[in-house]
Amino acid sequence: MLNNRRLRMTNYKLPLALLVALAVSLVLAATVFAQDGLPTDDEVNKIAKDLYCPVCESTPLDVCPTEACRQWRELIRQQLAEGKSEEEIKQYFVTQYGARVLSEPPNRLASYLVPALAFLAGAFLLFRGFRMWIKPVAVEPASPTEEAASVIPPDDYIRRMEEELKKRK
Amino acid sequence: MTETTNIETHRKGVPLWAQVIIWAVLAGLLIIVALGLNRAQQGTIQPGQAVDDFTLPLFSGYEYQGASEVKLSDFRGKVVVINFWASWCKPCEQEAAELQRAWEQYEPSGEVIFLGVDYVDTEPEARVYLKKFGITFPNGPDLATRISQYFRIKGVPETYFIDRNGVLKYVQVGPFTSLSQIQNIIDPLLAE
Amino acid sequence: MIADFGYGVLVVAFLVALYSVIAAVYGELKKQPALVESARRAMLLTWPLLTLTAGVLLYLLVNDHYEVQFVYEVTSRSMPLYLKITAWWGGQAGSLLFWSWLMSAFTSLVTLRKWDRDREFLPWVIVVGGVTMAFFIGMNVFFENPFAKLYQTFDGNIAAYTLQPANSILFTPSDGRGLNPLLRHPGMIIHPPMLYLGFVSFVIPYAFAIAALITGRTDDRWIRITRRWALWAWLFLSAGLVLGGRWAYDVLGWGGYWGWDPVEIAAFMPWLSGTAFLHSVMIQEKRGMFKHWNMLLIILTYDLVIFGTFLTRSGVLSSVHSFAQSAIGPLFFAFIGVTLITSVGLIIYRWEMLKSETQMTSMLSREALFLLNNLLFMGILVVCFWGVIYPLISELTTGQKVTVGPPFYERATSPLFAALMLLMGIAPLSAWGHSTVKTLGRAIWKPALGAAIVTAILAFTYTRNIIALIGFFLVALVILVTLYEYGRGALARQRSQGENIFIAFWNLTGRNRRRYGGYIIHLSMMLMAIGILGIELFQVETQGTIAIGDTLELSGYTIKYREVASWDNPGAGVNYTRAVVEVYDKNGNLLGNLHPRKDFYFDSQQPMTIPGQLASLKDEVYVLLIDWEPINQESTTFKIFVNPLVNWLWMGSLLFLVGIIIAAWPDKDPERVTVRAGKRAHQTSAAD
Repeated sequence: MLNNRRLRMTNYKLPLALLVALAVSLVLAATVFAQDGLPTDDEVNKIAKDLYCPVCESTPLDVCPTEACRQWRELIRQQLAEGKSEEEIKQYFVTQYGARVLSEPPNRLASYLVPALAFLAGAFLLFRGFRMWIKPVAVEPASPTEEAASVIPPDDYIRRMEEELKKRK
Repeated sequence: MTETTNIETHRKGVPLWAQVIIWAVLAGLLIIVALGLNRAQQGTIQPGQAVDDFTLPLFSGYEYQGASEVKLSDFRGKVVVINFWASWCKPCEQEAAELQRAWEQYEPSGEVIFLGVDYVDTEPEARVYLKKFGITFPNGPDLATRISQYFRIKGVPETYFIDRNGVLKYVQVGPFTSLSQIQNIIDPLLAE
Repeated sequence: MIADFGYGVLVVAFLVALYSVIAAVYGELKKQPALVESARRAMLLTWPLLTLTAGVLLYLLVNDHYEVQFVYEVTSRSMPLYLKITAWWGGQAGSLLFWSWLMSAFTSLVTLRKWDRDREFLPWVIVVGGVTMAFFIGMNVFFENPFAKLYQTFDGNIAAYTLQPANSILFTPSDGRGLNPLLRHPGMIIHPPMLYLGFVSFVIPYAFAIAALITGRTDDRWIRITRRWALWAWLFLSAGLVLGGRWAYDVLGWGGYWGWDPVEIAAFMPWLSGTAFLHSVMIQEKRGMFKHWNMLLIILTYDLVIFGTFLTRSGVLSSVHSFAQSAIGPLFFAFIGVTLITSVGLIIYRWEMLKSETQMTSMLSREALFLLNNLLFMGILVVCFWGVIYPLISELTTGQKVTVGPPFYERATSPLFAALMLLMGIAPLSAWGHSTVKTLGRAIWKPALGAAIVTAILAFTYTRNIIALIGFFLVALVILVTLYEYGRGALARQRSQGENIFIAFWNLTGRNRRRYGGYIIHLSMMLMAIGILGIELFQVETQGTIAIGDTLELSGYTIKYREVASWDNPGAGVNYTRAVVEVYDKNGNLLGNLHPRKDFYFDSQQPMTIPGQLASLKDEVYVLLIDWEPINQESTTFKIFVNPLVNWLWMGSLLFLVGIIIAAWPDKDPERVTVRAGKRAHQTSAAD
């Protein structure tokens, strides 16, 4: 009833743990590595922006506040320091944690094809419809019912407005 | 006006093929959502089920008898305890010492094997954690979250007990609170 | 005790809703008007009943009744009164009740209207409203009881039960868990009610559409009755989305307002289909065409509302907005299935009767362009829908979990949005019925030339980014076309009525609120587009760890770290850490002080990051306090965004809401509208 699972997933944000982690990381980051020219936060965030940590779904890694994500960012920093390229780092994360860390499905074709096809199908139906709808008027304008139909119920408002405009000229 | 209606009848009804397509698309969508819902509603895999084989690569220093990679099937005939954990998970820390004590107790017999599966974690932090709690049983990363996905874990820690025949016998969701709690699960399995 | 009373009333409300459905169907089929009237009254009764239930729940929330599970989960002693009240919709059970309560208010309102001319719709509107309401109340009654209490059983387990189990005692925790701090922001307090209002008010047009299908009265009467409902629904939904964006911007610390999160998309999808609907109903009103399509759109909108709620609450998707997993998923699914299948079945059954009254005459006529608009909205909808269910499909077929994130949506929807803008520029110039390239060209060349000049100036002074320039060209085109149309109308009025130009503008809007409200909405969309282009294309960020007195630089701004302080506020149960930073421009002029904050809530153990914002029309400096060193305060990590043009988005949002209110405002003399409607109705009855 206390919803244990959620508790477990969120409890890691205990303040003490946060402070300890902060202290450790800051001391490490600020003092030891700073002199070695460790990759900056900006370089780390640039890669983290395109990654998604399974612990906080739908939140990009660069802004996710959880401890797990902080660790991931440190890992990126470490790998950057080792001279790995952005591609290599992303590949490392994919092998470690699966394709879901990427911001887009790896199979691009499948992900874009279906909506594109659906859209084209819609466009096709619409234009086929246009041709079908327009034809009768063009072919047999003499038919009385069609005639009646093709007489546009005048948009009074527009017509009046146009008249006013003409008068002005 | 009735005439026009008649003229248009053959043109305006929904053709059979269109109806078929509409219902098929609708059914397809509903099935996908139903399957997704079914997946979301399922809990962890249930006791009584034979567990499929999987491969767990091991952290160096946490190998099993020198092997840097183990398969579940390697341990047929033994009781297997699979513990999912992560270094960022606070509740995991509550049970880490108990698990290690249990491991130390059962290891000499060679009848029980503990496997630690490190879920969505980074290796440096994982090592710090393992060292901090003096853990010695084989441990490795859950590569591409394949193992945790198979077990459908809902969080960490979760522990799965598999009997000598490779059948899942018990699932512990959340941390253990005492050594005897672990013993009470393993001992009956050993006695089987 | 009082909680049991609340539950009892809830059960009664459920039964009353069910009764109204049964009575309406039976009364209609057996031709017993008295039964239908009884159903109508039952429908009216649900609102007071649910209000009473809600009152009980509020009483429990406000008075710290932590033995009630829901109260325990969403409130705590340290929360101020207004938060204890708004905690009502801070959790699954309460928000479902909130939904039912709003829904009952709307159905009551609609059953109170004059039904003289539309007697045949009444029973079916009651049926649709009643079924939807019974469904939502039923979820509270059977699965998510907000009044369930905590009991400790013999073996020491504590769990929530509706009825006291044997051998158990009531368990009263001394304090509650407290509302998620993210939900304590004013934006988040109004955002869900607005969304829910939007959601429930779309039920009304849907109910009338279904009533029209069942009765076979397929003229545009149902559209005329529900036009304003749909507009109000759209207003609330839009306001909900905008507030949600603002909330994300102010609280989540992403430096953004929209993350293409599945749950955001779930709320965006009914907005898309609803927007398409609002446009296409105009074709049916003016030209009597595309009745099928309007029916389909309103059905789609209704089911997307239910589907969106389902996605958020069933645990199928996980995201920042999700409620905890729950058992209501299958029921929701069944409801979606039943409503979709019934509605689509009805349309196919009535296909014959829904045929168009007139013919399309030109591919450039306004109705044709409206259809194109619908195609584009549907395109965006398909992209969104696909993006939401693709991870499901991928996991089911390949076992591989994937993320569909912003890059996918941005790439797939941006051409569609651009095409929509182009259409927004052309459509107001085209006429109903017929337009040719020549007439359109004559109307558009001046605004197009103006837009080209604006774009050229921007290319020299502001940016060379080609996407941005295309975007700005379209924005300028739409603004100029809209103002041109507006100005033409006002001038004509000035001429004919001899009015002052401003009064002419005012009266023009008043006389044709839907048209000019629509134009204002278009204009506001363009302001929003400016903001979106700015932040999407030109946002820059930096993060750095600095000591007091040190500076960070970004995009011409210098941020100087002055001090940081941390203190507890035990009354509110929060620890605040607040930094003071100064912002200087290129020339070293002090622009102002910012106070980025990190709040830590003790009860829920969650932090919240509040940015310091320095806003201007040109851009916004947005500073986040990421980490700080508690011991010597020497090194503190800041993240800074410069978000160009973002405030145009917020201004546009405001104007947007104003525009919708203008369009939706009730007419002084509703009969005037119905007289015009009568002409069309006449025409159709002749066709019958």
